[in-house]
Amino acid sequence: MNLVLLIEQLLNGLQFGVMLFLMAAGLTLIFGVMGLINLAHGSLYMIGAFAAAAVASATGSFTLALMASLAAAALAGVIVEMVVIRRLYDRDHLDQVLATFALILIFSEGTRWVFGSFPIYLDVPAALSGGVNLPFGIRYPAYRLAIIGIGLVVAFGLFLLITRTRIGMRIRAGESDREMIGALGVNIAVLYTAIFALGAALAGFAGALVGAIQSVEVGMGEPVLILAFVTIVIGGIGSIRGAFVGALLVGLTDTMGRVLLPILFRAFMEPSAATAVGAALASMSIYILMAAILLFKPTGLYGSA
Amino acid sequence: MKLKSLMLAACAATMTMGAAQAEGVKVGMITTLSGGGAGLGIDVRDGFMLAVKQSGRSDIEVVVEDDQQKPDVAVQLADRLVQSEKVDLLTGIIWSNLAMAVVPSVTAQGKFYISPNAGPSALAGKGCHPNYFNVAWQNDAFNEAAGAWASENGIEKVFLLAPNYPAGKDMIAGFKRFYKGEIADEVYTKLGQNDYAAEIAQIRSADADMLYYFLPGGMGISFMKQYAGSGADKPVMGPAFSFDQGILGAIGEAALGVKNTSHWSKDLDVPGNAEFVESFIEEFDRLPSLYAAQGFDTGLLLVSAMEKADISDADAFRTALEAADFQSVRGDFEFAPNHHPIHTIYMREVVKEGDVVTNKVIGVAAEDHTDSYGVDCKM
Repeated sequence: MNLVLLIEQLLNGLQFGVMLFLMAAGLTLIFGVMGLINLAHGSLYMIGAFAAAAVASATGSFTLALMASLAAAALAGVIVEMVVIRRLYDRDHLDQVLATFALILIFSEGTRWVFGSFPIYLDVPAALSGGVNLPFGIRYPAYRLAIIGIGLVVAFGLFLLITRTRIGMRIRAGESDREMIGALGVNIAVLYTAIFALGAALAGFAGALVGAIQSVEVGMGEPVLILAFVTIVIGGIGSIRGAFVGALLVGLTDTMGRVLLPILFRAFMEPSAATAVGAALASMSIYILMAAILLFKPTGLYGSA
Repeated sequence: MKLKSLMLAACAATMTMGAAQAEGVKVGMITTLSGGGAGLGIDVRDGFMLAVKQSGRSDIEVVVEDDQQKPDVAVQLADRLVQSEKVDLLTGIIWSNLAMAVVPSVTAQGKFYISPNAGPSALAGKGCHPNYFNVAWQNDAFNEAAGAWASENGIEKVFLLAPNYPAGKDMIAGFKRFYKGEIADEVYTKLGQNDYAAEIAQIRSADADMLYYFLPGGMGISFMKQYAGSGADKPVMGPAFSFDQGILGAIGEAALGVKNTSHWSKDLDVPGNAEFVESFIEEFDRLPSLYAAQGFDTGLLLVSAMEKADISDADAFRTALEAADFQSVRGDFEFAPNHHPIHTIYMREVVKEGDVVTNKVIGVAAEDHTDSYGVDCKM
């Protein structure tokens, strides 16, 4: 393991973390403001990826595809919020989990009905397809670098939105006291729909970005959803800053665990056993991280009690 | 929907015939029809149903269930199919970990199980059973052939990659068994992993002539797209599961030139294969994958056994299955004593035919290949 490879792996961890943040931000906003556990968040991610793939194959433009992913996921978010989610705010979490789980099944089968069961094609745009040379002789895929850049821009934009704008003020107010902002004359129904659409659009955007380098298939959202939940639990539920820090922690821990643990075990075990133990432990690493953080901070890094 | 009408026809036929003819076979098919691995299960099911339909027999009733790629769901479905549906024979499972959870209990209850895909080593060796037949392959088969091919073609150092589950380990062990060169490194990833940036960086910096990997379904798509985009230039080889028709469409040109081993290919010149490919395209409007071919062979095997014996006479039916008296779409086919196939494994290369990225046979990797676990099988 040399330094160049280590830096490259850190970049990989960062890229994974940034992508997770796009998912986790929406999830944590929705939970923080509306108190809703939305298991269907992964489906919105899938919708974004499929919309992007469909538009990319029809028009050949990746920019249009990204816009389509934002629009399609936001639209799906608005429809879902108005038709289903709105009725769940006053219910307990079990009802919400049941209803949003049903939404996963509906979205998955609906997508299968429209696009078929086989993964569909979506590729990285030609302009970003190669690698770029970074200092110290590191060569890194341009597309992954672009994901890091876009993710950081979105994170900064969200930060500005939450701390500097009126809608951000209302979101924060909604987090601390739902009844009171209603009493102050804010139209809560519209606010909730807007937040849900924002979270959905971010998830769809993440799906489209990642879809270009992964498999665009039915059910692609669920594994990411689990990681996104781990992220917001680590970061503290409801906190955007927590989601950002949590996402980077999860991304780096997972990537570095996968690389370093087998090497570590090889120091005192025979290679094939070390590989097996290292791989097994690496897939647990983020959950161990979560357990360790919750042990010391039961509400997560930035969670309020 | 042609598929739906086919299923309806099969159902209707069995319903009307059920009462009149009690001597038919009731098949329980547990396969993956939802989630990321659904493409594989759907192909097995469609291939199987096509063979049943073409046989013209109306005394085969098929109950299809979706295991969602979850072992616990598969076990529940198997219990239900055996106990309340009273099926005579089970088939359909795609994944080795599910097969390990279901097959031993099903065969212990005296039912037949014909595997159209998964071939874990445990069921070919010590855990073999008179009622367990595998039409597809033992997990190691394609890999043993690939290992032999790599040695013969001057590959000296190889990097190995597979998911961390029974089939992944079998596949890599199979490759190593007949590969004489050096191993630069071997990496096991989490099953279902979709981001391979960390592994690709390791591969690029590794000192190896070739990358050999087994990543079925969506994992292979994600990997190959990321590998091609990373600027890595090591040649790639793998068993056919990572480069099958359903996968190639989603990877696109990034897969061109990749070599893979398979017992079947749509361009294989053996009797019945061209007809199978043609009728599959006509029925389902897509190219068949090797899973579809395996499903089709499973159907043919069942029909051939039914013509010779009645399933209520288990011993006669077993002998009829052992005879494997059908024309496999992969050519010569026989069962070894452990009920796993003896067949030829071919080397294919990913090429572009017109606008379609697909596989083409370029040679034979292993003639009349049989698995190496049979010696441990006592039955």
